[in-house]
Order: sequence, then structure tokens, then C-alpha cells
Amino acid sequence: MARIDLVDLAHSYGGNDAPAESFALKPVTMTWRQGGAYALLGPSGCGKTTLLNVISGIITPSRGKILFDGKDITPLSTQKRNIAQVFQFPVIYDTMTVGENLAFPLKNRGVPKADIDKRVTQIGRLLDLEPYLNRKATRLTADAKQKISLGRGLVRNDVAAVLFDEPLTVIDPELKWQLRSKLKALHRELDLTMIYVTHDQTEALTFADTVVVMHDGRVVQSGTPAELFDKPAHTFVGYFIGSPGMNIMPAEVKGREARIDGHVIALNRSYDHLPAGAKIEIGVRPEFVDVVAPAPGLLTSKIDRIDDLGRIRFARVRVGDAKLAARAPGGFTSSDGSAGLKFDPSHVHVYADSLLVEGAA
Amino acid sequence: MHSIPGRRVIMALFLIFLLLPIYWLVNMSFKTNSEIVSTMTLWPHTPTLQHYKRIFTDESWYSGYINSLEYVVLNTIISITVALPAAYAFSRYRFLGDKHLFFWLLSNRMAPAAVYALPFFNLYSAIGLFDTPWAVALAHCIFNVPLAVWILEGFVSGVPREIDETAFLDGYSFPRFFVKILIPLIASGIGVAAFFCFMFSWVELLLARTLTSVQAKPIAAIMTRTVSAAGMDWGLLAAAGVLTIIPGALVIWFVRNYIARGFALGRV
Amino acid sequence: MDKTINQKAWFLVLPVFLVVAFSAVIPLMTVVNYSMQDTFGNNQFFWNGVGWFKELLDPSTDLGGRFLASLGRNLFFSLVILAIEVPLGIVIALSMPREGWTVAACLVILALPLLIPWNVVGTIWQIFGRPDIGLLGYTLNSLGINYNYVSNEIDAWVTVIVMDVWHWTSLVALLCYAGLKSIPDAYYQAAQIDGASRWAVFTAIQLPKMNRVLLIAVLLRFMDSFMIYTEPFVVTGGGPGNSTTFVSIELVKIALGQFDLGKAAALSLVYNLIILIVCWVFYTVMTNAGVERKTQAEKEPAAELKPAGALQPAHALQPKEGVA
Repeated sequence: MARIDLVDLAHSYGGNDAPAESFALKPVTMTWRQGGAYALLGPSGCGKTTLLNVISGIITPSRGKILFDGKDITPLSTQKRNIAQVFQFPVIYDTMTVGENLAFPLKNRGVPKADIDKRVTQIGRLLDLEPYLNRKATRLTADAKQKISLGRGLVRNDVAAVLFDEPLTVIDPELKWQLRSKLKALHRELDLTMIYVTHDQTEALTFADTVVVMHDGRVVQSGTPAELFDKPAHTFVGYFIGSPGMNIMPAEVKGREARIDGHVIALNRSYDHLPAGAKIEIGVRPEFVDVVAPAPGLLTSKIDRIDDLGRIRFARVRVGDAKLAARAPGGFTSSDGSAGLKFDPSHVHVYADSLLVEGAA
Repeated sequence: MHSIPGRRVIMALFLIFLLLPIYWLVNMSFKTNSEIVSTMTLWPHTPTLQHYKRIFTDESWYSGYINSLEYVVLNTIISITVALPAAYAFSRYRFLGDKHLFFWLLSNRMAPAAVYALPFFNLYSAIGLFDTPWAVALAHCIFNVPLAVWILEGFVSGVPREIDETAFLDGYSFPRFFVKILIPLIASGIGVAAFFCFMFSWVELLLARTLTSVQAKPIAAIMTRTVSAAGMDWGLLAAAGVLTIIPGALVIWFVRNYIARGFALGRV
Repeated sequence: MDKTINQKAWFLVLPVFLVVAFSAVIPLMTVVNYSMQDTFGNNQFFWNGVGWFKELLDPSTDLGGRFLASLGRNLFFSLVILAIEVPLGIVIALSMPREGWTVAACLVILALPLLIPWNVVGTIWQIFGRPDIGLLGYTLNSLGINYNYVSNEIDAWVTVIVMDVWHWTSLVALLCYAGLKSIPDAYYQAAQIDGASRWAVFTAIQLPKMNRVLLIAVLLRFMDSFMIYTEPFVVTGGGPGNSTTFVSIELVKIALGQFDLGKAAALSLVYNLIILIVCWVFYTVMTNAGVERKTQAEKEPAAELKPAGALQPAHALQPKEGVA
């Protein structure tokens, strides 16, 4: 139960002197509040597990500090950090019973027996492990084992945070859903700070209040699922979150206009001071582009195919070499395979060198 | 977390404990006999190669090495060759008496050599193999074949059954599958098994000595000749001892990166 | 994984069967034959029935007395070296360096004693331990400790035991090290996070993961120490007196020294039988451990924990009691 501050934290497996670009975790400064549910989201190799291990103390960072409630705990060992962690693959002490497994972290810290029993029973009940508390922890299914691992992570009520390292990898898809909802419920019930590492956007967006998107060792955006969707701070976020991902197109931007192939797309804000020499792109989510009958003044595209997702249809179109996705309104058909694209100006964002540029009103 | 406090000290002490007697043997092999008997010196003060020279020039000495290597290699080849198909069978199939057979095999690994020394002597004399490398090689099979089967069974079981099935679907005949697919897959296991066969055959003396007299006498048995009228020839004994350590040390050096996996015997 | 029933597999096993049978069954039959007979030399044999066996198990006779005494010594020896080598081997395995060239160096030195011919092991310790020319013997005596393994029984025992520890602890250590290497890092990290003490890590993670290899180590060490012949024979020759005469040494004395084939054969059979029984016990324990492992994988659906709300009937919750 603590606020966690990362201050200019960075790590390189090659040591502090390694070139800045080779750092597995590039300098990051951020604050995580007490009781929050956070997700670290990114593709494999983006540094999210490194960040997690730095927080839990398995890795000592090359640079920077970690503060729990303002107290610098960077030099402390894992044991002294008051952290719980659940790993990708279940870790079970197979000579113990399920109950003893759950009690293990408490017993090691000298919690009185009565309190241990109470807490183990509570966690056992929350995870539906109650009937099994007295049986040996071997010979269980992968998800039962992972539940025990989760239980060991949740059993201490004084932890600064509970860290999850892709804990649902080994679980069947249907059970995944249930366990995820369970975790969400546990978060509300137990008032613990939870940090959840995953490469699965659905997992991250359903579990967390705040999603931290990482890319190539950098934190590229931290925000609520809605913020990540509406206003991606980095083209990577736009592309990585949402299905299909955001459309990104190179464009010339001047004032309240963006030009692609000589066609003008209106913008809601004014961009007069774009950095010179930067690569300028515009990004717009497929949900805010409609395919319509071609008309003068509209960007014309060629339709490759239309995907019907049931609730919504997406047209896969091409403008020159760029491939885009756009919403196909009900009843839309195209006779000659071409269509005009209609953009919603309030959702068209401008990126300079992949970073979001805030325009003037 | 993996290891214990003071591990460096413990390890260092143990390694010294292991190396000190060997050092003493090496040390003594370079001393003259008079230095050995008359003074206690921590290193040879008048180093000499006379003992080694004698071993390498006297045919009865160096032929002992060749004899030993001969039956060790023979035994390793026989053991691995017969054990491979059996390991496959034990790993993949159930058949009449399989469990009893496996236990019976293993129990032979545990049979004391002393029990078999005399009957082997009679048996191999009767069929005319006495005093040949074949006698020792075959006799050592009694403990090496079961061991090889056991080790290889572990490695074969580590190969997914789907691979067999795919190969047979692809039209491989059994022998071709065995040679072209299975053997390359368990190559490291074969190496491990060969290492253990070599090791146990090389270090065994009782049977090797009982089953040979002149022609095929192993080096280890020849060493017992160093008692002469003038007393023990300690320097020669030590030099011969050093030379018997070298083949083993070479083998270990070549397999050093596989030792940890090898000792898991494919079944951890 | 279920094995398929295929009697043709016998053809694959046949070569092994023939080779081992040739080396084991025929000699064993000879042994059984001898054990029922008496000989006065000249290849003349007389039927003696179970006479030798009766004598063997009767401590008041010469043969029985010698056999039972050497058996007692041998058992004591095996227990002592197991009590030393198993814990020491575990400690050594835990002391292995983590990475780098030192790992290979340690492994090579550890494995070295295992590949020295057994009589050379004896020779090494003979040379090392002698009070006149051996470093150990000389040092001990100059420190005022009267050590002489040739004349003092206790010194002889200590020498034989230290020699066996020198020779074989590495085997236990290497097996344990192989077991330790198979533990994923996540286990150590989880234990760290759970606040486990060093000792708790050992008992909760390392020891359970090592128990299979430890079983193999104990089995091999027990069997080999029970059959020990060459090393003590070279160093002490079974002496002083009969104090380090183990069963194998006694057996060879009777068979090749006195050419008392009947007695030797009877002794062989009883000796073999003891080893066989112990071997069988270990084998049963080991295969059961194996079966337990397999059922863990195969029968998982039966022990499955149902997700929230779907409670199983009570009888399905009973843990399956295997031989743990």
C-alpha cells in the first residue's frame, strides 16, 4: 500500500556505460498512486518485464531511483521491499499443501498463526480454492497452479504492490476471461496496488484503470483506456491499441489543413509551428473515417475488401501506397471499387516524428 | 539465492582435497627413488623422467595401455550398439515381461564383480576367449549394457512420439528412421552413455585382471609388478598411476560442457 | 504418454537380452551348481546340498563367522560413507559457481576422481597416507598424531572412508548439481518475493527438485560401496587383521585364494540376493516416483479445479494418495 515513484529510472543489461540506445529500459519518470490498477502493455522485448523486475528488486537498475511513499528503496533487496509478484509460469512448492503454499509468504514474515489462518481462508475463498486447502499442491492443472501462485501474491495485505508478469499465459482462453474478472474483483475488494504486465491489449484495457504503453524500452503513453484510444500520444500507441489500429499517413500540414496527394483534409486545430525537418504524419482511427461514394474534394481510395465484424464493417482501402481502414456505413456498396474517404476533423491528430503535436485552438 | 554463504571457501577446500593426493602422485613420479625414500620434499628437488622413460621403452608396460584401451573401446561400442534398440523398445512399447526384464537388467548393474570373477574365468577359458580383449569387453557388458539401456531410455523418452509417427507417415522404414532421425536426435544421450561406459570399463580392475594373463593384461594390473627384490619401486608406480589418470582426464576435458546434463542422465 | 502394446518390441530387446544373459545367466548357473558341492581339488566334486548355506548363516562356524563379520563391516561402511557423502555432495553442489569458466573448471576437477582406475585410487591413497613417504601420513605424524593405517585399525578405517569420500562424493555432487540446474529461475525469484529464508529455499525448492537424482545417488553409492573391493584391497589388503575385510574381499579370498569354490559360490549367492533385494526396494520406490510424476501429467483433468461457482462433488476432491 504505497505510492510508487519512478525517478529517472533506467536499466541496461550491458551496464551503465552501454550506449543510451541499447538500454533495455530507457529513462522514465512517473508516479503510480496507491490502490491503482495499472497495466504495462507492449510487444515482447519492449522492456516491460525489465521494468517490473526493477520494481520488484530482482534487477537493480543501472540508473535512477524508486520511491515507495517517498522513501528510496532502490538499494533494498526484494525481501525488504514488501512486494508481491506472480510469474508467467506457476511456481508451486510441491511438498506443501495448497493452504501451506498460500501461508508461505506470511509464515516467512512471522505473522501470528491466527492471522495467517484467517487470511489464507479469505484468499482461498476469493479464489475458489477453499475445498482444496488441505491437499497437496502437486498434480493440479496449470490454471489451478496459477491460481495458487496468484493467491500467494495476494495473501499479504501490507504489500506496496502486487506485480503480475503475464500471469494468464498458461491459462485456457475461456478461463482467462474468468480469472481476469476475478482479479478485477479482487482489486476492488483488497485495495492493493496492482501492476499487470501483458502484451495483450484486451487484457490490459479490461484490467487496468491506467495503461502504460511501452515501446522499445520507452514509456510512450500512460493513460486511461479511453485516453489511449482517443488521443494516442505516439503513433505506436495508435497502431498497437485498437483493432484495426490507427491509420497513419504522411501529410503536409499547414494551419488548419493537412494535404495528402493534393487533397485537403480539414483539421480542428491549427498547427503553425511544426518542428522543421520533422517527419509529419496524420493519424486517425478507422472508427472516424467513413467510406462514401466518391465526390470531388474527397480523398479517393481503392477498396481492397470489406471486413464484416458483425457490429461494424471495416473497409480495407488503399490511397497510393498507403493502406488504410475505414468504417463502411450500413448500406454502403461500391460499384467500381473506388470510394471517397470522409474524415471526422475532431479525431484527426498530427504527429511530428511519431509524437503527438497539440495544435492551437 | 542459488548457492550458499561461504560457497567459494567450501568449493576451494574441496577442490584442494581432491587435488592434493593427485598432486602427491604426480610429484612422486618425477622424483628419484632415493629422494622418495630418504627425504620428505614437497616438490622434486632432483626432477627426473626416468620412470616415464622406462614405461615408454618397456613393451610390457606400454602394451598394457593399449590392451586397456582396446577392451574399453570394444566394450563401449558393443554396449551402445545393443542398448540403442532396447532403449527405444523400453521407451515406446509395452510388451510381455518388459518391467521384469528392465529390473533384471538393472539388477545386473548391481551385481558384485567378485561374484562373477570365477565363473567368468571358467566360461571364457572354456570358449577360448581367455586372455583376449573380447573376454574383458564382454564381461564388462554385464554392468555397462544395463547402464547404457537405462541412460538411453531416458533420452529416447525425451523425444516426442509424434516425431516417430511423422517419420513413419513419411514412409521411413524402421531401420532408416532409427539411423536417420532418432540417432541424431539423441546424439548427446549417446555421448553421455558412451562416457559412462568408458568410465566404468576403464576403472574396473577385478574382472579385467582375472580374465587376462599375459597377452591382454591391462595397465592397472601390470602396475602390481612394481614390487621387486629391492623393495617397492615407488617412482615407477607413481608414474604408471599418473599415466592411467591421463585418458580419463582427456575424456572429461572433451565432455566438460556436457557433464552437468550428462549426470542428469536425461531424467531430471 | 501411454505406451502401445507391441510384442515385436522383443526383437529390439533381444540383443541386450542375449549379451547380458551370456554374461549373467550362464555364470550364475555355474555359481548355483558350485554352491551345492564340495571339492577337495583335482576337479572332484561332491554333493553338499544346502550345507554351505547353513554354515554361511551360522556365526559359530568359521565360514559363517567370517561372512557375517564382513557383512556387518560392509553395512557399517556403507552407512558411514552415505552419511558423509550425501550431505557433503549436496553442499558441494550448492557451492558450485554460477557461471563463467570456473564452472567448467570445477566440473572437470570434480569428475577427475571418477575416472581414475580403482586400483590407482588405492595406490594414490597408499602413497599419500604412508607415514614414511606420504604427505598426509608424514604431516600427521610430525604433528604428533600417531597415524599408521597399516597397523592401527581405526586409522585404517579412517583412511578407507576418507578415500571413498575423495573418490565418490563428486558423483553425488554432480548428480545434485544436475538436479539444481533444472530449477527455473522463477522459483528462486518467487521465493525471494515470498520472503523465504535461505533454509526455506533449500527445503521448499531445492531439496524437492533434487529428490529424484538424490535417490539415484543413494542407490548407486549404496550398491557400489556394498560391492567395494579394489580400493581397500590395495590400501589395506583387508587389514590390519580382518578389520577392513569387506564382503567382496572375503569372497575373493575364499574363491581365488583358497579355491574353496563351494563356499565362495554359496557366499556369492547370498551376497547377490541381499543386493538384489535392496535394489528391488529402490527400484520400486523410484518407479513409483516416476508413476506419480506421470499421473500428475495424465490425470490432471481428474484433479482439475473447476472455475468459480462450478463446485465438484465432494468425492472428487479427495486427493489421490500415491506413494509419495
